[in-house]
Amino acid sequence: MSVITAFLAAIGRHVFAALAGIGRVTLFAAQTVSHLIRPPFYLREFGQALIQIGWLSLPVVGLTALFTGGALALQIYAGGARFNAETVVPSIVAIGLTRELGPVLGGLMVAARVASSIAAEIGTMKVTEQIDALTTLSTNPMKYLTLPRVLAGALTVPLLVGVGDVIGIMGGFLVGVGRLDFNAATYMHNTLNFLEGWDVLSGMIKGSVFGFIVALMGCYYGMNSGRGAQGVGRATKAAVVTSSVLILASNYVLTEAFFSA
Amino acid sequence: MITLTDVRKSFGTNHVLRGVNLTLSSGSSMVIIGGSGTGKSILLKSILGLVKPDSGTITLDGADVTQGDRDAFLARFGMLFQGGALFDSLPVWQNVAFRLQRGPTKRPAHEAREIAIEKLRRVGLTPDAADKFPAELSGGMQKRVGLARAIAAEPEIIFFDEPTTGLDPIMAGVINDLIREIVVEMGATAMTITHDMTSVRAIADRVAMLHDGVIQWTGPVADMDISGDPYLDQFIHGRAKGPIEAVR
Repeated sequence: MSVITAFLAAIGRHVFAALAGIGRVTLFAAQTVSHLIRPPFYLREFGQALIQIGWLSLPVVGLTALFTGGALALQIYAGGARFNAETVVPSIVAIGLTRELGPVLGGLMVAARVASSIAAEIGTMKVTEQIDALTTLSTNPMKYLTLPRVLAGALTVPLLVGVGDVIGIMGGFLVGVGRLDFNAATYMHNTLNFLEGWDVLSGMIKGSVFGFIVALMGCYYGMNSGRGAQGVGRATKAAVVTSSVLILASNYVLTEAFFSA
Repeated sequence: MITLTDVRKSFGTNHVLRGVNLTLSSGSSMVIIGGSGTGKSILLKSILGLVKPDSGTITLDGADVTQGDRDAFLARFGMLFQGGALFDSLPVWQNVAFRLQRGPTKRPAHEAREIAIEKLRRVGLTPDAADKFPAELSGGMQKRVGLARAIAAEPEIIFFDEPTTGLDPIMAGVINDLIREIVVEMGATAMTITHDMTSVRAIADRVAMLHDGVIQWTGPVADMDISGDPYLDQFIHGRAKGPIEAVR
């Protein structure tokens, strides 16, 4: 009996710990968003976050989209050939990229690049008492560090997704025209004809949610980092892993909400 | 005047503060001594509200520090952190002028920079340090910048957390002298935590020893050597044997 009780207690402890964690993250998110309407605002920090999260992520997101678009064209061509449907390549590449692969892969790349760097930076600030120093200098760390980054994440990642869509479709175009002997004008015509505004917009909304998640997780784990190099290392790892899982999970929820019949 | 009454703080089963009673009168310099891990930093952070005590009250000029306008309360304080806690992403002058560039006391950038350079000069740094980043400075210089930042907005109360830790004896002496001069010059109230006895003798008007979560002894610095308190005697003479257990 005691073995069973111990087993159930262990499960209970983990469930409670998980629920408490969800509660803490939710409170952290609510607290962050509440600063949106309460001055002061730190515009310089916001500007730096825009550059750090948005502009500097452009190469990695662009390259990811380019190669994904190319590979997707090859796969769909090979798959479509089984039932003589090779001509769907341009439209499927465009739909697949804008709705799904662009935001998800872009979000994951941003998670790897941005969540880690935010968690490491804020974690190091915590360990070296810079967060305490901010507070003693009458500056709220949530306002100064978290809000600018989270806002920048939610605003720039959809733009990155938009740019990634264009680059990804170009990747598909290059492979389609260069390797699969599509006519350039037909390829572009098919892409634009079948692509709807909602395909692009839904992907960008996903990007906004993913950007919010990535920056929020980076800040949350950084602010709650343990002591020393090991503490910062753990915070960084947790930020990347959690934001990646949350991106995939929220992607399913959003897809269900946007496209379920 | 800062008054702590029966302040308690535990982290799980670790009871760090077990009822601290202490009074720091305005314009005086109090040094809190005690071994590593005895809760000196927690005590200091409790006053600033960086750590929330489990029970007890802390008042500043009779008003509970947890009530009222927090920004106005913090504006009365300056703090030098143990490792400097300088913001790596900002050049030295912006670190020093941090408070002057934000909030209700915001000044134009050129004015804030001038004040920062003047404060840097006060702590013995030349203006060419102003545009460097903290990582480009030596430990002693970082401490000086931290000191300049603590005094930049002319606070009434300054806290120094282990100001000489990690410095060579000569640099430690320089920092001690600077702290003493600045506190006297500004007429500020100072609270320093340290286990460096040279610092204690250089900085303190009064000394309080924290041991086992309570103030074990407190009195004027001149009485420290004739206190007759076995705990204090063991600590100030650095004896391995005595009432304070030393893990070997």
